Amino acid sequence: MEIKNAVAGTLESGDIMIQMGPGEGLQIELQSSVAAQFGRQIKAVITETLEGLGIENAYVKATDKGALDCTIRARVTAAAVRATGKDVWK
Amino acid sequence: MRNSKLVTLEEAIRRSGLKDGMTISFHHHFRGGDKVVNLVVAKLAEMGFKNLHLAASSLSDVHAPLIEHIRNGVITKISTSGLRGELANEISHGLMAEPVVFRSHGGRGSAIASGELHIDVAFLGASSADELGNASGCPRSENAKSICGSLGYALPDAQYADHVVVITDDLVAYPNVPKSISACDVESVVVVDSVGDSSKISSGAIRDSKNPRDILLAQQAAKVIINSGYFKDGFSIQTGTGGASLAAVKYIRESMIEKGIKASFALGGITAHMVKLHQEGLIGRLVDVQSFDKVAAESLASDQMHQEVSAVEYASAEHLGSAVHALDIVILSALEVDEEFNVNVLVGSDGIIRGAIGGHPDTAEDSALSIIVCPLLRGRIPCVVPKVTTLITPGSSVDVVVTEYGIAVNPRRPEIADRLKEAGLKVVDIKALADKARSIIGEPDALPFGDRVVGIVMDRHGKVLDRIRNIVD
Repeated sequence: MEIKNAVAGTLESGDIMIQMGPGEGLQIELQSSVAAQFGRQIKAVITETLEGLGIENAYVKATDKGALDCTIRARVTAAAVRATGKDVWK
Repeated sequence: MRNSKLVTLEEAIRRSGLKDGMTISFHHHFRGGDKVVNLVVAKLAEMGFKNLHLAASSLSDVHAPLIEHIRNGVITKISTSGLRGELANEISHGLMAEPVVFRSHGGRGSAIASGELHIDVAFLGASSADELGNASGCPRSENAKSICGSLGYALPDAQYADHVVVITDDLVAYPNVPKSISACDVESVVVVDSVGDSSKISSGAIRDSKNPRDILLAQQAAKVIINSGYFKDGFSIQTGTGGASLAAVKYIRESMIEKGIKASFALGGITAHMVKLHQEGLIGRLVDVQSFDKVAAESLASDQMHQEVSAVEYASAEHLGSAVHALDIVILSALEVDEEFNVNVLVGSDGIIRGAIGGHPDTAEDSALSIIVCPLLRGRIPCVVPKVTTLITPGSSVDVVVTEYGIAVNPRRPEIADRLKEAGLKVVDIKALADKARSIIGEPDALPFGDRVVGIVMDRHGKVLDRIRNIVD
C-alpha cells in the first residue's frame, strides 16, 4: 500500500496529532504529556489501529496532549485514510 | 525625617546582620507578578552570601531565576507552600541536596509563631510604605503601582522575624495609615522601581471559567451546599481557587436571594465574586488573608467590613481564635482525590511538583463541611484515583467530592449523604468513580520515581505527613 504524507488531529489539550509518511515496518515516534504513565498504551493503540487497516509499513509521528484511546483511534484512522487515499468509512 | 529608616537594599542587608546559613523570608501576595524575591536574592548573590534558607509563603513560575542561585549555592534550603513552573520541575528532578519543606498557610503561621520556623531577616514587599516602615498592600498615592491588597501571609514574618526590611515602590508621607505592617516591627525601608506587577496578581491558580464542564461542576457543588444542612442564615463560606469553586459562588448567590439567606462572613482568598455578594448585602464581613484580584484589593482599602487577617488568625491549628474554626463551608479543588478521600493538590500525576498546599488542609480540617470539586479526568489524567501521588489533606478532613460523574460522600458523614439523596442528587461510591476513570483511561504505568527525597510535606500540626521523591526521566 502506497503511503503519502498526511496529517490528522490538533495540538489542543485532549487531542493527538498524527503525522504519517512512508516507512519500513511501523516506526512510531511518540511525544506525550502523559508519556510516563501511558506511552506504552498509546503506542499499542496506534499500532493496533494501523494493523487493523492493513498498514504494515509507515512512519508515524504522534504528538499527544492527553488524548483518550477513542480519540487516538479516530485520528490514526483519519491520517491513514488521507495517507492511503482509501476511504475505510464507506 | 530625622529617624528615617530609608536605605538602599545593599545597606539594608548589611544592617540586618545576615550571615551565611541564615533564614530569609518573603510573602507571595504579588503572586505571578512578584519581583521582590528575584531582586533580593540576586543582590544577596552579588554580595557573596551562601547557604541561605529561603522561607517563602509560596513560590511560582516567576521564580525560575532561583534555579541559578541554587546551583551556585546561594540558596541551599527552601520552605514554601508551593512550587510551580521550571523551578518546580528542576527541584522534582533533584536540583537540591536538601528537600523542600512544604507547609500549609496555617501551618507556616503556626510554625513561625512557635519558633519552629525561625526567620532571621524578612524582606517584605509592600504597595505603600512611609520612611519608618508603616506598610500596606493598598495604594495610598497617585503613584501607586503594585496593589496586592491584604498582606496576611507577611504578618507573621513582620511580627516574629529578628529583622524586617520593607521594600516598596511607593514611598508616601508619614504616617501611612491604616497600616498592615507596623513601623515598630520594621528595621529598614527600601524603595525600588517596582515590587510587583499588579496585573498578574490574579494569575496563577485563579481562573474564571467558561468551560461547560466547570460550570456543571459548579452547579453540582452549589446544589450540595444548598442541600447539605449548613445553608442557613448566618452561615460562613470559603472558596478555593479552582474555576469550578469560584463559579459555584454565582449559583449559591441565586439561591441566597431566592431563600432570603445571608452569610455572616466569607473567608480566605477573597475574590471579586465575594466582594460583589458583600456589596449586595448577602455577606456581612469579608475576612481576607489574601486578595485574589484587583477588585478585592480595592474593597479591602475602602471597606471597613472587609478586614485583613494574618496567616495565624486565618488558619492556625494551634490558635483556637483562628477564623477557620468558625468556618461552616469550604469549597476546594484537587489534582487528585483517592478512594480514602485523601487529597493531593501539590504533585502532578506525572510526579512533578506543580501546585501549592495553600489553606487546603487547614480549611478542610476545621470547617464543618468540606467539599472537593474536580473533574473525573483532565485529558487522560485521572483526578479520582485508588491512591494519591502525594498526601496533602487527609481523607478524615474531607466530606464530599463532586465530579461530573456523581457525588461521593465520605462514609464518616452518612447524614450528609442522606440529605443529598433526598434532594435527588446522584450520590455514588468513591470507588465507583475511581473505577469509572480507569475504565476510560486504562491502567497507568508506575511513575519513574527515584530514591531521593526532594520534598517533605508537613501537616498543619508540624508533623511529617508525606515525602516527595525525585522523578527520573
